[in-house]
Amino acid sequence: MHEIYTMNTNPLTPAGAVMWGWEIPVYLFLGGLAAGLLIIAALLRSRVDEPRAIRLATLAAPIALSIGMGALWLDLAYKLHVYRFYGSFQLSSPMSWGAWLLVAFYPVSVLMYLSLHDSESFARLCGRFSLLSRLEGLQRFARARRVGVERAAILSGIGLGVYTGILLSALSARAAWNSAVLGPLFLVSGFSTAAAALMLLSRGAQIHGALRRLDVVAIAAELALIGLFLIGLLSGGATQQRAAALFLGGPLTATFWSLVVVTGLVVPLSLSLLERPLKLRPTAVIPVMVLIGGFALRWILVSAGQLS
Amino acid sequence: MSAKTGKRRRQKRYAMAMDPRQCVGCAACVLACKAENEVPEGAFRDWIVDEIRGRYPNLQREFRSERCHHCSNPPCVAACPTGASHVAEGGTVLVAQNKCTGCKACVVACPYGARYVHPKGYVDKCTFCAHRTARGQDPACVEICPTNALTFGDADDPQGSLGRLLASRAHRKLKEEAGCRPNLYILAKGGQ
Repeated sequence: MHEIYTMNTNPLTPAGAVMWGWEIPVYLFLGGLAAGLLIIAALLRSRVDEPRAIRLATLAAPIALSIGMGALWLDLAYKLHVYRFYGSFQLSSPMSWGAWLLVAFYPVSVLMYLSLHDSESFARLCGRFSLLSRLEGLQRFARARRVGVERAAILSGIGLGVYTGILLSALSARAAWNSAVLGPLFLVSGFSTAAAALMLLSRGAQIHGALRRLDVVAIAAELALIGLFLIGLLSGGATQQRAAALFLGGPLTATFWSLVVVTGLVVPLSLSLLERPLKLRPTAVIPVMVLIGGFALRWILVSAGQLS
Repeated sequence: MSAKTGKRRRQKRYAMAMDPRQCVGCAACVLACKAENEVPEGAFRDWIVDEIRGRYPNLQREFRSERCHHCSNPPCVAACPTGASHVAEGGTVLVAQNKCTGCKACVVACPYGARYVHPKGYVDKCTFCAHRTARGQDPACVEICPTNALTFGDADDPQGSLGRLLASRAHRKLKEEAGCRPNLYILAKGGQ
């Protein structure tokens, strides 16, 4: 027998209780989505001839990030002190890195959006939103340096995507988060949810093919990284092995394997691969499943660390 | 080292030893802390763990008075994005309330569950009663303990009461594998 009672424990934080609720997974999901959208926009702009979809992706990135930051703000217990994030820089705190990274993401996505317009289409845009005409100089700059802007977009997208995972893996005293794989895993997952979201937003045949190919690669990489994550925990010390057990028979087993692995990865991957040979019509099924799996991955991993 | 020799004064390492052989789980430490530090209703900076091991009739029971371990490698301080969580005098881990955003990164970083969110929005925790130890007094929990189960002091001072106790009794620490280098010593039940 081995029983532990705690008396007079703090009911708000009994060890193992979940202090980060829905807000953090929502933020990590939307942050990864935003990162993926900007990377995809930069990757595909010169490869597919669907400027509307690329513009949509670029515009959706900062909007998704803003909604995510709204959720993050809701999670703060001292909401008026939010400005404190920008009063210092803490080298050891990924959350501090993230706070400053978010600030860099907005100007890059604005530049990216401006670089997608030529002077003609920008003039049309200014006709609709007269305030935009003040950005004419910036637009000419972004257009002239569009390769540089694309690179900045890809870099800040990778930074943001990796950061959403590092945020957890840096809290290494909690065994389930003590894995360097989380950074790349969340980046790839954000990338694949972004491809899925864009499939829903834009139905053009050319971009659909490109997105499907990107998504297949991303999902395959994600499956490999999830395997590495579990192997890493299983080959760690006793506490990490206990953390792995959360997914292998423990309380998170059913949700993890059904929502993340089967719904989010294996079924969409199989359907995507079969789409061409079986001449399946593209539907909303694959993207919706990928989005569900991406969100479930974050929700489950945020809880897992707090349970380990 | 004194100032006369020109060498830097040795850094203190404030720590606490708790003796499960003495502790009866009366929770006077918990109540003294609540009164001393005006800990809000429903929240606690220290608590009692009652752990039972073995197989009937050979059962072993251990009471422990636990609190923040004031780690030498504190994951909460590393996680804090604003510098609110910091290491103060004697290695004590404190929270600067005016810098805290209530983001709870420190709460989830701590493997001991030693932190809670104060109803006013900032994160709060054991301070080793820094306001008392600065005056040379013991923390409130130590002072009130009716069985003298708690000893506070500088663990790096071999002549101090804590240093001598740790030298004379076998001891362990909790969750050392988390790598935080905690400073709460649990004295062994057996032995002398």
